[in-house]
Amino acid sequence: MTSLADFVVVSAALFGIGIYGLVTKRNALRLLFAVEIMVNAANLNFIAFSEYAPYAQPGGTVVNGLGQTFVLFSIALAAAEAAVILAIIVVAYRLHQDVDVSELKSLEG
Amino acid sequence: MVDFVFLGMMAVTVGGALVALEAEEIVYGAIGLAGSLFGVASLFFLLDAPYVAVFQVTVYVGAVAVLILFTVMLVRQEKWAKELPATAPTRLLGALTGLAVAIALSLAAVSSDLSNVTAYTNTATFIQIGQLISTQYSSVLEVLALVLAASIVGALTLSRTDKEEPGA
Repeated sequence: MTSLADFVVVSAALFGIGIYGLVTKRNALRLLFAVEIMVNAANLNFIAFSEYAPYAQPGGTVVNGLGQTFVLFSIALAAAEAAVILAIIVVAYRLHQDVDVSELKSLEG
Repeated sequence: MVDFVFLGMMAVTVGGALVALEAEEIVYGAIGLAGSLFGVASLFFLLDAPYVAVFQVTVYVGAVAVLILFTVMLVRQEKWAKELPATAPTRLLGALTGLAVAIALSLAAVSSDLSNVTAYTNTATFIQIGQLISTQYSSVLEVLALVLAASIVGALTLSRTDKEEPGA
């Protein structure tokens, strides 16, 4: 029998993996992977809490579609973000022949 | 009683995330990321959210992962493989930070009352989600549509090449 804590543990593990990737990786695509993993950890938390702890409206009716609604918005937003990041990576590669973020210093003051 | 379905999905999700970050070839990393996103979608199924799960498979596995794969294959392969491995202190720091955050959050969840919470039986229907999206949060939906349009225009503008450039 799974409880809410199990899903929170999975979400925390995903978030920790994402943090590890953000700290250690320097390839721009790996950073995108890490960010996507962290976004998914947050989405999982949303769904788990909305399923196990529904939210009661002032009128007395119980709504637990709220977390799912937010996750739908979040997934759409993450897709837009991924498209823009990939375009930026392609442009950076075209300009510098490199996707190592520590080498992309043309904006540095 | 251990739930083996949940354990398998958890293994796919966490293992896919590790493969995404640690695979030598970045193509395998992209495939690992797709597996991890698929695992999250299956966890959504387990949480009685089939609509979100299908949406996740459609958008993430179907669009984002394929987009990443195409980007990896469009650009020359050896340049992507040139990634220098992080220095040992950085790796240690990253692993320690990630582990500390994950263990702290997990311990907080396990030691709290959350492990006693059992599933709520009355799950949300498609109609409820649709009503929430189209009434209470319709303005969010419209702003989101604008953001998507702007991001597509931005991505197209960024990746446009000037054809008259000599020798390009």
